[in-house]
Amino acid sequence: MNFFAILDQLATADPDVLGRFDSRRAVFKHLGSAARRAALAATPLLVGGLFKKAYAGTNADTPIDILNYALALEYLEQDFYAKFIASGLVPAGAPATAMAKIKQHEDGHVNLLKGVITTLGGTPRAMVQFKQSVFDANKTYAGLLGVAQLLEDTGVRAYKGRAAELVVGASNGLPSSTQVSLLTTALQIHSVEARHAAHIRLLRGQTPWVSNSDDLAANATYSGATPEATTIQSNVDLPTKLAATYSAADVAAAFDEALTPAEVLDASRAGGLIQ
Amino acid sequence: MAAAFATSPTPLIPDEPVLRQPLQRRSFLKYAGATAGATALVLAGCKKDDATPTPSNTVVFAAGDVGVLNYAYALEQLEAAFYAQVVKTPATDFQTGELAYFTQIATHEAIHRDFFKAAINRDAPGQLIQDLTVNFSSIDFTKRASVLAAAVAFEDLGVQAYNGAGALIKNPAYLVLAGKIVSVEARHAAYLRDLLYPGDATNFFAGDAVTEPTSGLDRNPLKPAALVAAVQKYVTQTLDASQLS
Repeated sequence: MNFFAILDQLATADPDVLGRFDSRRAVFKHLGSAARRAALAATPLLVGGLFKKAYAGTNADTPIDILNYALALEYLEQDFYAKFIASGLVPAGAPATAMAKIKQHEDGHVNLLKGVITTLGGTPRAMVQFKQSVFDANKTYAGLLGVAQLLEDTGVRAYKGRAAELVVGASNGLPSSTQVSLLTTALQIHSVEARHAAHIRLLRGQTPWVSNSDDLAANATYSGATPEATTIQSNVDLPTKLAATYSAADVAAAFDEALTPAEVLDASRAGGLIQ
Repeated sequence: MAAAFATSPTPLIPDEPVLRQPLQRRSFLKYAGATAGATALVLAGCKKDDATPTPSNTVVFAAGDVGVLNYAYALEQLEAAFYAQVVKTPATDFQTGELAYFTQIATHEAIHRDFFKAAINRDAPGQLIQDLTVNFSSIDFTKRASVLAAAVAFEDLGVQAYNGAGALIKNPAYLVLAGKIVSVEARHAAYLRDLLYPGDATNFFAGDAVTEPTSGLDRNPLKPAALVAAVQKYVTQTLDASQLS
């Protein structure tokens, strides 16, 4: 095994690779780059452990990974609305107009994300289909509208869950102007998903914003490490620590919460809707 | 849109686990430094012969994260004041249930406003902008149509403001907070558009007027200077967002 070659390759992919070891192992602190490289290569048995330590806690997802994650969710929504419209269950008139518009937007998101991924040199992931058995089990207009609400509210939470990784200035190798475009585009999709969610919720007789008294409030879509019902933001207990006193319900509704990718892809949420 | 991504360097492994990066006062203050000078400028506008400082005629949003937070705080002040007036003097022709929802929206905006005030006072003491003095004389609060039109405008502008300011935020924790708020603003906007333009695919919740139909993107993410120009008529003080770009 050629550890010099491995380290050199890593340094190509991650210019800070030696710095990572440096920060974890003070012993390297005063050695030059060549000396650190030599010291690492001289201790092959330790290298595996060092790599684990050096990269522990770092998020390995690249911007393309994040975009492909978003693409998976958009494919899921696109296929759901295609099936929903094709089912003939959507009443003509305002509901049909709305579903067609939402479907058009999901088509747009899919095409946009595929284009961006390709432009960035990545490969768009394979298509995702909505699980037929779940579709069939909910196959009434009201039932499928409920699924649509869960999908849209999940989408809003999912985009929020990746925002921090797309902050302009993140060490992801992209030039600043591209980072600005990526984050802004993600935000522009995110707010449209929220508009969709609000409309679907209104069609279902729910508040347009997430509420503890929703008929679907107990669904896993609204739970998670930071549940939608949370009342603390930035370590501030909002009902009691602001200039006025607010109800927990109003505070919870005033902020939408994020879901991590693992939470989104859990079988209790979007993961259980993928064919 | 894809043309915006013409450069395609090999993506690198991200450097920091930003997803879980906590809100740290120290790192926040690092970005906050530029604001102190601007605050001094604002205070310099006070009358010298008056023991009680009077509000300056200009509100400056300084460069950096504190400036962005103050900018959001200003927007939320504006929205909260508008909805407080809507609830205080409801339109005579509101339909069943509308006042109840306006009351909820009013509370959401008041919470946003008070939250930003608390967060800025905690993390950047002394750098909070002054209270805005609003001027809603162009809005007829007695008429539903007038109130709805103004509300739609405020909410769409709010969404466009947060979407356009996200790229200015350096602290990931603040970006996530903005994300938690902007989607609620988008829900408000969608609801109000559905009230004002039911079934109208050009103008309803995500109609073509606000959402570009083929890309499915919310239109017009606004830079602060553009947003400020759009809302200036509702504020007595001069809003200066020229440093936020």
